[in-house]
Amino acid sequence: MSTQSVLYDAPGPKAKARNVVYTIVFGLALLAVAWFVYRGLDAKGQFAAAMWTPFLDADVWENFILPGLELTLLAAALSIVIALPFGAVLGIGRLSEHRWVRVPVAVVVEFFRAIPVLILMIFANQYYADYTDIGSDNRGLYAVVTGLVLYNASVLAEVVRAGILSLPKGQSEAAYALGLRKTQIMVSVLLPQAVKVMLPAILSQLVVILKDTALGGAAVAAADLLRSGTLISGNYNNAVPTYIVIGAIYVVINLLLTWAASLLQKRWSRGSRSTPQVTVTAAVGTATAA
Amino acid sequence: MDYLSKYDLLGAFWVTVQLTVLSAVGSLVWGTLLAAMRVSPVPLMRGFGTAYVNLVRNIPLTVIITFSAVGLSSTLGVVLADKNEHGFFEVNNFRLAVLGFTLYTATFVCEAIRSGINTVPVGQAEAARALGLGFGQTLRIVVLPQALRSVVAPLANVLIALTKNTTVASVIGVAEASLLMAEMVEKQADLLPISALFALGFVVLTLPTGLVLGWIGRKVAVKR
Repeated sequence: MSTQSVLYDAPGPKAKARNVVYTIVFGLALLAVAWFVYRGLDAKGQFAAAMWTPFLDADVWENFILPGLELTLLAAALSIVIALPFGAVLGIGRLSEHRWVRVPVAVVVEFFRAIPVLILMIFANQYYADYTDIGSDNRGLYAVVTGLVLYNASVLAEVVRAGILSLPKGQSEAAYALGLRKTQIMVSVLLPQAVKVMLPAILSQLVVILKDTALGGAAVAAADLLRSGTLISGNYNNAVPTYIVIGAIYVVINLLLTWAASLLQKRWSRGSRSTPQVTVTAAVGTATAA
Repeated sequence: MDYLSKYDLLGAFWVTVQLTVLSAVGSLVWGTLLAAMRVSPVPLMRGFGTAYVNLVRNIPLTVIITFSAVGLSSTLGVVLADKNEHGFFEVNNFRLAVLGFTLYTATFVCEAIRSGINTVPVGQAEAARALGLGFGQTLRIVVLPQALRSVVAPLANVLIALTKNTTVASVIGVAEASLLMAEMVEKQADLLPISALFALGFVVLTLPTGLVLGWIGRKVAVKR
């Protein structure tokens, strides 16, 4: 095992007995909390069948949850698909040899990383309302995607940059020795290899994006999954069960994405001799806005 | 832009700062406890730590914050302020938001600290155990102090993310910066200047945090 087991010895009889005691004490504490929560929920009648039956009703899924989920997934997919090329350009721009490219790009990237996504969404929402004729039905989606693209392009720029920098220097040196131009080296030597390193980081960023779409439902009136939840709990007066169901849907999707990311990482790090790993702090830190 | 004096910009950003600081302290404490659970010799604690982190981290913060107000407070009647007090809703929702941010951000603090524990060389823990220190002592006296020194920079990233995340509190009506911005851009015509002003406010809050903590992180990191 890893460091975890280094912190303590293989338990002897005394330690085993102590661990059993700890397990029982901690287990009882957990049970007490669970009991307290159960009593609280029960006292407010949250276990009544009427609270939960709406989720057995096909109409609720057809009219509320599935359309909401569809918009959430659509917003996340659009955001990553649009943000990726921007991110690639910004990331490569930050590696440019020309100061007049590198510095402005760095300023743009750092600026958008420093601003909350919600601020960007509010701005985009108001901008579309004032200066375009996008109807109020679609404006929420547009605002969400715009905000997410602006923010995530800068985050992905850092992912791309870290991915390219993680490649061994010999790769570009060999390409230079073959007489390739800078653009050729980037496009046909560095990027294809970097994509492999970056993909897990991009997938984890997709988790962040998916969570951030919920901001849209709450702040700029996008008809996403969270908004569906608000409508359901308004209709059936069952806020607690609704949030549990909605939360579970988000958790399942995100766990699947995380699982896919780690699967890719494992498969690819086994394949090649030394696949460098990108640890992009941005992707971790931006546990972000949701 | 002479309407600026009508709005309490500094007050709104002050609420943002308060939300950030209180949630940061809370999540540092809860996150460290979670990290200790995740490396402990008791399987049940490890299981609980892992389950908590994987569950809470994957729920959108917006859902957590909305639930704290609509579910926890309105439906289940959990209130964190005196009902008869003047301004009950503001105080209650502010505290609910801090609670939500703490529960959510703690998962990222936990993961940062756990990765820090992994950077401490095996020899340190082995030497501690050779001296006869138990798990608690090894963790408290030898491993955690070194681990914390190496995770200042990752924790700074978590803190910056938290600062930006506090804007989510606006969805339950906490009067912080983004709520004021939403109100201002709707009522005033100067969309771009107002947005730039608020963006600048957040840059001013987050940029020094990153620079100062990054510098401290390099200073205190254990040189190996």
